[in-house]
Amino acid sequence: MKKLTNLVVTSSPHLRSGADVEKMMWHVNLALLPAVLLGVYYFGLRALAIILLAITAAVATEGIIQKVTGGDVFISDGSAVVTGLLLGLNLPVNVPLWLPVVGSVFAIAVVKEAFGGLGNNFMNPALAARAVLLAAWPVHMTAYALPFIDGITHATPLAVLDGTAQGTLPGYLDLFIGNVGGVIGETSALALLAGGLYLLIKDVIDWQIPLGFLGSVFLLTYIFGGEGLFNGDPLYHLLAGGLMLGAFYMATDYVTSPVTRRGRLIMGIGAGTITVLIRLWGGYPEGVTFGILLMNIVTPLIDRYTIPRVYGTEGKKGLRR
Amino acid sequence: MKKLTFQGGVHPVYHKEITQDLSITPLPIPKQVTMILHQNIGAPPEPLVAVGDHVKRGQKIADTKAFVSAPLHASISGKVIALENRLSPIGKEVPALIIESDGKDTPYEGLKPYPDLGDMDAAAIRKAMREGGLVGMGGAMFPSHVKVAVPEGKSIETVIINGSECEGYLTCDHRLMLEWTDDVIYGIRALLKAAGAQRAYIGVEANKPDAIEKLREKLALLDSGEEIEVKTLAIKYPQGAEKQLLKTLTGREVPSGGLPIDVGCLVQNVGTVATLARYLRTGMPLVERVVTVSGSAVKNPGNFLVRIGTSFSYLLEHCGIMGEPKKLISGGPLMGVAQITAEVPVLKGTSGILLFDASDVPAGNARPCVRCGKCVDVCPVYLLPLYLMDYTLKGMLNRAKEYHILDCIECGSCSYICPSRRPLVQTIRLGKADVLARQRKNNNG
Repeated sequence: MKKLTNLVVTSSPHLRSGADVEKMMWHVNLALLPAVLLGVYYFGLRALAIILLAITAAVATEGIIQKVTGGDVFISDGSAVVTGLLLGLNLPVNVPLWLPVVGSVFAIAVVKEAFGGLGNNFMNPALAARAVLLAAWPVHMTAYALPFIDGITHATPLAVLDGTAQGTLPGYLDLFIGNVGGVIGETSALALLAGGLYLLIKDVIDWQIPLGFLGSVFLLTYIFGGEGLFNGDPLYHLLAGGLMLGAFYMATDYVTSPVTRRGRLIMGIGAGTITVLIRLWGGYPEGVTFGILLMNIVTPLIDRYTIPRVYGTEGKKGLRR
Repeated sequence: MKKLTFQGGVHPVYHKEITQDLSITPLPIPKQVTMILHQNIGAPPEPLVAVGDHVKRGQKIADTKAFVSAPLHASISGKVIALENRLSPIGKEVPALIIESDGKDTPYEGLKPYPDLGDMDAAAIRKAMREGGLVGMGGAMFPSHVKVAVPEGKSIETVIINGSECEGYLTCDHRLMLEWTDDVIYGIRALLKAAGAQRAYIGVEANKPDAIEKLREKLALLDSGEEIEVKTLAIKYPQGAEKQLLKTLTGREVPSGGLPIDVGCLVQNVGTVATLARYLRTGMPLVERVVTVSGSAVKNPGNFLVRIGTSFSYLLEHCGIMGEPKKLISGGPLMGVAQITAEVPVLKGTSGILLFDASDVPAGNARPCVRCGKCVDVCPVYLLPLYLMDYTLKGMLNRAKEYHILDCIECGSCSYICPSRRPLVQTIRLGKADVLARQRKNNNG
C-alpha cells in the first residue's frame, strides 16, 4: 500500500457545520432589502444615495483600519455592510449627504474598531452612531420627510402622539405599509416584519429578543399609554417609529446581546420597557435607540446572571461567586 | 412512536449509508499483530510472556493484580518477537507485545465455554468479565467488571445498553445488533445478573429501524423473566454520550463529577455485551471486534471482524485507498483521534477507521467570536463554551472552573456549530487539563 503521508492531524471534532458568520450577515442584509426598497419607493433616490454612502463609508473605514493596524482584512464578512445599512436606514432622507459618512466613520472607527473590532464592541455601532448624530445635529436628525413629498419636513406619528409636534395621525394601514413620516427604513412595519420572519426562519436570530421587545412595548403601552390605566393604543405603538427595525435587526445584534435565550428574553423586555418609558414620559418621542443601547451596556451583566444550570448540578447553588 | 431525545446537540452529516447494509466480514488474519498492553482505563497489565515465547489465540499475555484493569489476550497464534514501545492510536508511544503469526491461528487449550447463565451467580459472571478482558468497546475502554462491582450502599436498578451509535460513518454497532442479536440479548441478561438488576433499556437511534425491529422480535421470544426494552431515540449527536443517554432514558442526571451508579444506573456499549456473550458461550476472550472502515478516501468500505492489534494500514490495504487521503481518524468524525500514520494497531475500543480526502477536511481559519450563542444552544451539558474558551485563553482558571469547565464531556458540538470556526472544545480541553493540574498542585502543596 502507498504509505499515507502528509496526513492532517488536528484535535477533534473533524467535521464542521456549514454555519458561517459571513452567510449570517448577508442574510441580515438580504432581510433588510424590502425595507430598503420601500424606503426608496417612499422617499426617492436620495434615500438610496444616503444608504449607499453610509455603507461605503462603513466598509471603507473598516478596511482602512484593519489594513493600518496590520490585522487580517476581512471586510467581506458583511458586518460593516450591516452597520452601514442599518445606519442609513436610521436617517431621515433630508439629512445632508456628509451626515451618513460621519455617522458610519464614527460607528466603525470609534464604536467598533477602537474596542477591538468584530465581536468586541459593547454597543451596537449603528445605533451608537445614530445617538451621536442625534445629539450633535438634532435639527438634521429630526427633519423627517413625508413619503412622496420632497424637501418638506414633517412630524413623525410618535411625535404627534407625544404632543411634541403638531399634525394629524396616520391610520394603522398607512403605518403598516409605511406611508408615514420617519427615517428611511423604519416606516413600513410590513417590510420589516417580512425580513424579521426571514431571519427567524433562517435561524439567524431567535424569537426571544423580538418577542420580548414587542411584547413588553405592547403590554406597557396598553396599560400606561392612554388616559388612566388599560386604555392605551398598543398597536399604534407597535407599528409606529423604529420599533420593528430595532426589535428585529438592532437589538438582535449578536455581539451586543446576551448569549443565552433567557438572557435574550430579558434583553428584549428591558429594551421594550426603556422604550416605553422614553416614549410615554421621556423627552424624546422615540426611545428604541436608547432602549437598546442601555441594554447593550448591561449585556455582560445579564450574561453573568443567566448562567444556565449545568447538567448534573443543582443550578444556582452550584455557582458561587 | 415517540422518539426520545435530550436538550442540545447537533445534526452532522451521518453518511452511515456507506456501510450500514454491509455485513460483518472477517478480515484475513494479519502476519503480525501489535498488542498494546494498556488497553483499559486504570492500571496497565504486565506482560506474562517473554520475547521468543509461542502463544496461542485467546491466551492471556498480560495481567495485573490491580482491580481497575483488564487482562490482555493474544489475538492470533504465533511467536512473541518483541516487547517494545509502539505508537498507539491514542497518540502515545506505549509498551506493546509484537506477535508474529504462525499461520495456524490455534486457539488456546485452556478455553472452555461457561455454564448456562442459570448456573452462574453474579460473582461468577463478574469474574468472567474480568477474565475475558472485557472493556467498554464504545471507545472509553473502561473495565467492564468494575462497572458491575456495586459499592456498599448503592445498587443498580437500570442497565442501559448503548446502541445509539450517534457518530457519523460508524455502523459496527448497527451491524452487530442486526447480526449478533442473540449475543446482544444474552449479554444483556448476563450483565443484568452480574449487576443484580432486573430492567434494561436498549437505546437505539431511529436510523437503525431494522436493528430495532430485530431486537424487539427476539426479545418477544424471551421467556427468562428479565425486563428488556428497546427504546427508539431521535437522531442527534451526542445521543450516545453516557450522561445524555441516561437522561434521555430515565430522566435522571448523573451528578456533576459522579457516575451513573450514583443514580442507580449502569451504561454499557452494545458491542461490549455482545462480546461478553460470545466469551461466555465460547470461552474465547476479547481478541477481536467489529470495526467500520469508511470515508471518502476508502475504495471498498465495510464492517470487518478484526483481530485486536491489526494495524490500520493492513485494514486500509484490504479496503483500498482512492484519491488523495488527507486525514486518518480512529473512531468517529466528531470525537475520534486523528492519526499521523496508519502504522497503529486496532485497540479494544477502536470502533472505526475513517480515511478522508481533502473535501472532508474543514478548511479556513478561526475568526473572532461574535457571541451568536450557537455553542450555548447546542451544548448538551448546558455550558457556555464561548466563555470557557475565553477564560482558558486568558488563563482565568478560577472563572473557568466556576463556569463548570470540568463538566464538559468534550463532544465537540460547540466547535462543530461555530460559524466563526473557533476551536472551542479544543481550547476547553486544554483548560480542563490546566484546571486539573492546578487542583493537583494545590492538593499536594
